[in-house]
Amino acid sequence: MPALPLHEAGAYVAAAYAVFATVLVAYVAIMTRHVSRVRHDLHELRDELARTRRG
Amino acid sequence: MRDQRPGVGIPRLGAAAAAALGVAFALVFFYAPIEADQGFVQKIFYLHVPLGIVSLTGFVAGGILAVQFLRTGDRAWDLRSYVAIHLSLILSVAVLATGSIWARGSWGHWWLWNEPMLVSFLVVFLLYCCYQPLRFAIEDPDRQARAAAVFAVMAGAFVPLNFVAVRMASAVAHPRVLGATGGSMPGPMRMTFLVSLLAMGMTFLAMYRLETARKTAAMELKRLRRELDAAAPEPRSDSRSRGAPDARIAAA
Repeated sequence: MPALPLHEAGAYVAAAYAVFATVLVAYVAIMTRHVSRVRHDLHELRDELARTRRG
Repeated sequence: MRDQRPGVGIPRLGAAAAAALGVAFALVFFYAPIEADQGFVQKIFYLHVPLGIVSLTGFVAGGILAVQFLRTGDRAWDLRSYVAIHLSLILSVAVLATGSIWARGSWGHWWLWNEPMLVSFLVVFLLYCCYQPLRFAIEDPDRQARAAAVFAVMAGAFVPLNFVAVRMASAVAHPRVLGATGGSMPGPMRMTFLVSLLAMGMTFLAMYRLETARKTAAMELKRLRRELDAAAPEPRSDSRSRGAPDARIAAA
């Protein structure tokens, strides 16, 4: 099969790399949000636990 | 002494992975030559193939980590196995999508049902799509971990067998990249491919560390909530409603 002209092939290449970038960025964004939420909850709970232990 | 806290070193690893990806993509677009047969669309190869290799390796690693869990009974191995499979599943979506785009650009079809490589990867993907429903359908944390580990071992063993079977089958359209002779790529293409593979491996590792840290922190959170509930005389409705025991890997 002959090679596609650059303007047509470029769209496919851009689409493929965009799919990868989207997956990666979405994953990192979701994970970072989860990690910061868990860290925040953890910090609060540690404080609460320390207060409970002190009576 | 090495710091064993979850999350330590992840920003550095993430930055290294991002830099490696940047170098790999720079090589793809500014160093690797245009392939004579397919032309510019072949640039997808440097993304699609490393993604496929890393995701299949992740599935196999998930099986090996599950074997460790079955041997030792240590929940940390179950968590590692779960994260490896979860990440591989996410990357598999990208493999299927990029492969389909490349197929359309190169062969004129989004999908070829008579191509063993494509169909076999889809079978592996669909097989692992059953992992999470199976896992989270079981309430008891011990049974859940054991069933998931057995699944991971069986499916992990299926991946290389499937790979060998496909290699033995006659190809219709999909090229075979990793030949017994090391492939037929010229030097710059091979180097670009290897750098892309390394960058993808580092990216997987960074994602793996990030997700493992999150899960570990979430489990510690649940343990602390239970400890607090036990210490405080009055019931804490907000913590009780959150549910699962800490040993169990949360679905979210």
